[in-house]
Amino acid sequence: MTEMVEQMRISAVAEKVEARLRKRYGVERRFRLYGVAAIAVALTFLAVLLFSVLSQGVSAFRQNEVRLAISFDPAVIDPDGRRDHAILANADYAALIRQALLAHFPDADDRTGRRELSRLMSQGAELELRKLVLSDPSVIGTRRELWLPVTAAVDQLAKGHISRAAEQGGQFSERELARFDVLVAQGLLQPRFNKWLFTQGDSRQPEMAGLLGAIVGSFYALVVTLALSFPLGVATAVYLEEFAGTNRWTDLVEVNINNLAAVPSIVFGLLGLEIFLNLFGLPRSAPFVGGLCLTLVSLPTIIIAARVSLKAVPPWIREAAVGLGASRLQVVSHHVLPLAMPGILTGTIIGMARAVGESAPLLMIGMVAFIVDVPATPMDPATALPVQIYLWAASPERAFIERTSAAILVLLCFLAAMNAAAIYLRKRFERRW
Amino acid sequence: MQFVTLLASLSLLSVVLYRMGRGRAIRSVGGNAATLHSLPSYYGYYVALWCGVPAVMLIAVWLAGEPFLLKSLVLDGLPSEAGGLPAARLSLLVNEVRQLAASGDYRFASGDVARAAAEHYRELRSISFAAMSVAALALAIACGVHALRRVSPSLRARNRVEGAVQVFLITSSTIAIFTTIGIVLSLVFESLRFFRLVPITDFIFGLDWSPQMAMRQEQVGASGAFGAVPLFAGTLLISVIAMAVAVPVGLLSAIYMAEYADRRFRAVAKPLLEVLAGIPTVVYGFFAVVTVAPFLRQLGETAGLTIASESALATGIVMGVMIIPFISSLSDDVICAVPESLRHGSYGLGATRSETIKQVVIPAALPGIVGGVLLAVSRAIGETMIVVMAAGLSAHLTANPFASVTTVTVQIVSLLVGDQEFDSPKTLSAFALGLVLFVVTLGLNVVALSVVRKYREKYD
Repeated sequence: MTEMVEQMRISAVAEKVEARLRKRYGVERRFRLYGVAAIAVALTFLAVLLFSVLSQGVSAFRQNEVRLAISFDPAVIDPDGRRDHAILANADYAALIRQALLAHFPDADDRTGRRELSRLMSQGAELELRKLVLSDPSVIGTRRELWLPVTAAVDQLAKGHISRAAEQGGQFSERELARFDVLVAQGLLQPRFNKWLFTQGDSRQPEMAGLLGAIVGSFYALVVTLALSFPLGVATAVYLEEFAGTNRWTDLVEVNINNLAAVPSIVFGLLGLEIFLNLFGLPRSAPFVGGLCLTLVSLPTIIIAARVSLKAVPPWIREAAVGLGASRLQVVSHHVLPLAMPGILTGTIIGMARAVGESAPLLMIGMVAFIVDVPATPMDPATALPVQIYLWAASPERAFIERTSAAILVLLCFLAAMNAAAIYLRKRFERRW
Repeated sequence: MQFVTLLASLSLLSVVLYRMGRGRAIRSVGGNAATLHSLPSYYGYYVALWCGVPAVMLIAVWLAGEPFLLKSLVLDGLPSEAGGLPAARLSLLVNEVRQLAASGDYRFASGDVARAAAEHYRELRSISFAAMSVAALALAIACGVHALRRVSPSLRARNRVEGAVQVFLITSSTIAIFTTIGIVLSLVFESLRFFRLVPITDFIFGLDWSPQMAMRQEQVGASGAFGAVPLFAGTLLISVIAMAVAVPVGLLSAIYMAEYADRRFRAVAKPLLEVLAGIPTVVYGFFAVVTVAPFLRQLGETAGLTIASESALATGIVMGVMIIPFISSLSDDVICAVPESLRHGSYGLGATRSETIKQVVIPAALPGIVGGVLLAVSRAIGETMIVVMAAGLSAHLTANPFASVTTVTVQIVSLLVGDQEFDSPKTLSAFALGLVLFVVTLGLNVVALSVVRKYREKYD
């Protein structure tokens, strides 16, 4: 009897334990699931971000062009026949395009028709013809088949980004749409590689807007940043790791470096505005000043990375060198620094990648202006790649959304290349002691 | 371009003098380099340094002082009627002259005075540059020759060169301090000018922010609406939303990565998370504007809510995504630093993995996690591009995440992009906001570091 009671009690306890255990395992499973879900959420965001940029941006790498038979009529371009540069440069190239289009659409030879035809082709088409004539005046009098760019509106229509119907906000008349269809059906209007995106500066016309000015501006700023932050960063790290003891002074330096790493980048822009522009009177919008600000942004990253890799060099290297009679500086410059260099370079590249993507300080020093010309020197006004993205993102035209995404893709490609270089360096030269 | 030529000729000169110094040292002992005090190359470096460093220092000092000298010369050269201008107008004129002279394009000059002054400025600048080039090259040659004549077998060239390098190292390490001083001085200086126009209490406690009001010249600072509370509230709201996204997601992914994930999963997922940290913030801003905000607005419409297209919610969520990798990598490090023995002890007492994590690992890692979260908050507060692109411009004092709010950084950008007038409270207020931003982020950083230091469990 007592045995049975005992048995029952045990089984009741066992059941309780069992239930509790099931509950605890359930909690365990759910907790695990939360972790997976968190990672999934983060990666979903990454995927959505990349997909949305990619899906919007890819089409901008192609631009619709029309194949036209342009006859370079001497009577229009150069009536005097003197081949004078100024006359060639100011000739009425729009008339040549109009003639070529009228050859296709004889019915359009009235006022509205001409206006509609002029809305078809981009101003870039005229510039293209002008460039051709100026570089080679012998084309005058000949007839050439050329691919010439259409306006952004037509381009967007061809890509299906804007609607055809007038009531849905379309901007084309019936006749224009009919002509457009004819061109497409004849294979005369086709998407081709968008070379303007890589050969032009900024423009108000989306089809002519390019990234070259911004890329060159970013490049100059980056060169200045690298030229300043690499030597300064390495020197600081070497001093702190190899020469300075721990005292108040080095503590102060260290605290400052750590704080600068956490200062919002826009504050460096305020510093640049106040010190570089107002105090020293350096030119506004110049990539040189942008480079100075980005130096301050990337310096803490480089210093910290350089210190870590200097620390990783084992002390017996130094001891051996000292034992052979090397001076302290010789120890560092002949042995420690070369061994730490892969790590330092990796850190530098990562710092540079941060600087390339940084835009807030550049807004402060005026690198946000609308600048058509590609800068020739680091002192010329320019924008940078991320700032160009910011500027285009603020433009209302549909065509600029596409181009903004394309600009982002270009920027991401640069960043991916830099980071790949850093990873390669780390993998190739990393030494474990 | 001229400047590059100058620097190039200086470096060429240094290289030549290096060769000469090295050669002279070897010749002075008849080719037996072992009897020299230092290796021959050190004599070369010694001469080259003497050649290059004083000249570069001269150029630096010259360039730093040039603007002030030119400014006073140009002001002296102005016609007499310009002398009576108020200081503010005068500084505007000087700025214009500088811009004109820099561009070399006088089409947009405001008047004949400015054009003449700009031409004068350009002329003076080219004279100054020529004088600087001559002086620098002369100094380089003189110092180089002087050093060359001192080369002798007993010269302690290595010690001299190493001393110079040592000085360079120490100077470089002060850059961080000078940057901090520069930030503090420039922010405090302009903020003080601002607080002279707008009382500091109005700024910190005022509930109304509309800096555009003060644009009209005659009422500068008269009834300035520079109450920054709506900005602080907006910044706080967006940061809180960002943290609500980033902390759970970041922390849970860090826990999973550190405690559950196998090597292969970790090797794939961790770099992918880090990619989120590498994407420029301007891209996040674009993403918020083009993808997240319209999506949320549509979602709101189907749910019967009105969500502004510049809502704090969209901005905060995207900012949170940006911060996820920051929190996850910091927490990952901290969790991995908790010694295995603690976990083994817990398992030995019969705890499951999640119980061990919740009751042993996280408490042990808490100071580090809190520190990381505080750093992330300071990053959210200082983040600029996402909010500039995705958040609103007008200041509303609201706690509604569906409404549009503005932040401190948005206002700094909108106040300073475009025309700046360093005598109007509108421009100066940006520096006061910058000062607040700097102080708050610095404070958070200091608190975060001290939390980590003070409460870190020591297991060794």
